[in-house]
Amino acid sequence: MTAAPLLEIRGMTHDYAGRAGFGRGPALRALDNVSLSIDAGTIFGLVGESGCGKSTLARLVMALDRPSAGTVRFDGEDLFALSAAALKRKRRAFQMVFQDPFGSLDPRQTVERIVAEPLHVLETRPSRDEQRERVAAMLDSVGLHRDAATLYPHQFSGGQRQRIAIARALITEPRLVVADEAVSALDLSVQAQVLNLLLDLRETRGVTFLFISHNLGAVDCIADRIGVMYRGRLVESGPAHAVFEHPHHPYTRLLLEAEPDIARIGPPPHRSQPQTRSLSPPAVGVPSPACAFAPRCPLVTDRCRIERPELRTLVPGRDVACHHAETMRAAFSRPTQPDAEFVP
Amino acid sequence: MPRSAALSEPAAGRAADRAGHRAPASRVWLRHPPLALGALITVALAAIALLSLVWTPVSPARMQIAFRLQAPLARGLLGTDQFGRDVLSMLMAGAWNSLSIAASAVAIGTAIGTLAGVAGAARRGLIEAALMRGCDVLFAVPPILSAMMLDAFLGPGRRGAIVAIAVFMVPVFARVTGSAARQIWARDYILAARGAGKGATLITIEHVLPNIANPIIVQVAIQLGLAILTEAGLSFLGLGMPPPTPTWGRMLADAQTYLGVAPWLAIVPGCAIVVTVLGFNLLGDGLRDLLDPRAGGRRGLSLPALEPPQTPDRGAP
Repeated sequence: MTAAPLLEIRGMTHDYAGRAGFGRGPALRALDNVSLSIDAGTIFGLVGESGCGKSTLARLVMALDRPSAGTVRFDGEDLFALSAAALKRKRRAFQMVFQDPFGSLDPRQTVERIVAEPLHVLETRPSRDEQRERVAAMLDSVGLHRDAATLYPHQFSGGQRQRIAIARALITEPRLVVADEAVSALDLSVQAQVLNLLLDLRETRGVTFLFISHNLGAVDCIADRIGVMYRGRLVESGPAHAVFEHPHHPYTRLLLEAEPDIARIGPPPHRSQPQTRSLSPPAVGVPSPACAFAPRCPLVTDRCRIERPELRTLVPGRDVACHHAETMRAAFSRPTQPDAEFVP
Repeated sequence: MPRSAALSEPAAGRAADRAGHRAPASRVWLRHPPLALGALITVALAAIALLSLVWTPVSPARMQIAFRLQAPLARGLLGTDQFGRDVLSMLMAGAWNSLSIAASAVAIGTAIGTLAGVAGAARRGLIEAALMRGCDVLFAVPPILSAMMLDAFLGPGRRGAIVAIAVFMVPVFARVTGSAARQIWARDYILAARGAGKGATLITIEHVLPNIANPIIVQVAIQLGLAILTEAGLSFLGLGMPPPTPTWGRMLADAQTYLGVAPWLAIVPGCAIVVTVLGFNLLGDGLRDLLDPRAGGRRGLSLPALEPPQTPDRGAP
């Protein structure tokens, strides 16, 4: 933990330009001053609802887009300061697994070509035989048969295709793998298999993961640390279990409450439903001094509407962006009170 | 670690694939009669056109005034025209002229149009807008008009006709490939390729072109029919190949004068044009049914690339 983090994101801001045409629409701020760092060999889980900027962050970390502001330091080097050639060489060290295992594999290519694609970044391209051998070994290590190399993606199930995608991400022996909703499109049992595979790869290869998901269960299962995003901002981060057990941000709490719970049978008993306050997202693009979560927050006070809370360290290792984090901490620091009234 | 899923499945998958995904060739023909008919007509025409280069019953240019305007079967299979030329021989030679001009024009149009389409999709922004508006301009120029201008520049002949037809093929292909390529560019495997450090050109060659090949092939067949029709129109107006080279369009034009006494002179090349265009259209529609499951409803070879784009619920807007 004392060494420099493998991935360090500082002040990342990204705007999507409004609709082109007559009268350009307002830009959409997808990411707003997000900073986080990931230590080598750990799994960082990033959660948040749809549209909160998780995938934008993934694309920026992968240097697929340029951020409007902010830096991504990978292994101490600023990715966006590198030359195109240097960035291409650098790409061998960070690869990505995508959400949709049906859209992320080219249907016209054999599994061997798909898995071997990232070898393009290597300075000395392996020979044909060498490539075949590396692909076979890679398929082996993600639990696929070597003969799979000659087949096409449509000949596999969703879970198998995600394994192919993982094999592709690992063929260059990267240090960081960004998994953007990598298990969300899979059946539950297959999800568990793939999650286990990721944990396994961390053990055997020391791969660092940025694991992005809206599935709290999956994140809880594999992440060491988590970050919670809301409307383009990081609102809470900390050790995974601590955050899930004692959320210090009302939004994290709301996310946890919204998570379906298999243990609960029948209709939920008299649960307070703070999340129904406002489910329609407010207008986008208008920079507002208010806390973005204020319209949905059960703890909202006047201060929240005039002053945006910055991310601050509450206790070492726990960062929260909320004026009422202390209240939250006091109210929910008792363990296992999942259905406590959501009133401080 | 549940690696137990270590798949004996690929083998099973392959077997299932053989049964469902790619039907044996003979079945494809049976299940798609229009495709079979279209392919048959096209192949037969190409064979006749090639044959005419080495053999025709009589030289198509040979005039025998003594035997002018003979009815079909009275002299030769399809009779003779006002100069006593053998209609069948002219028809065969005309097939070569029509098909070669149409094929060259479509080849040029496909090449340039596809290049413009994929380049626009790869670069987006201003380049794409410029290319597409350029296509709109080309679309607005009627081929007859541009053929007249080109005739003036290049002199009458094969070249002028080919260029004139190719010019209006370009925007057709640019649009078809442009929209198909834009769909492909939105796929995650393109992101993966970019993550592998590949540039736009390499991605276009390796990922985009193979995935948009099917709509291009279908369009080629359909545009060939259109090109035949346009070529006939041009030579009907005297803008195509100069006489005495026989073309279907000029045969039709010449036949007008003798419509009362020798109707076969009009009917024969007319039928040739109809059958040819029909053949290419059947071929195009059949290929579309076969390659694009969306349009026909009948499912032949599956075409993953053309299934509606899956838009997974992503975090990013």
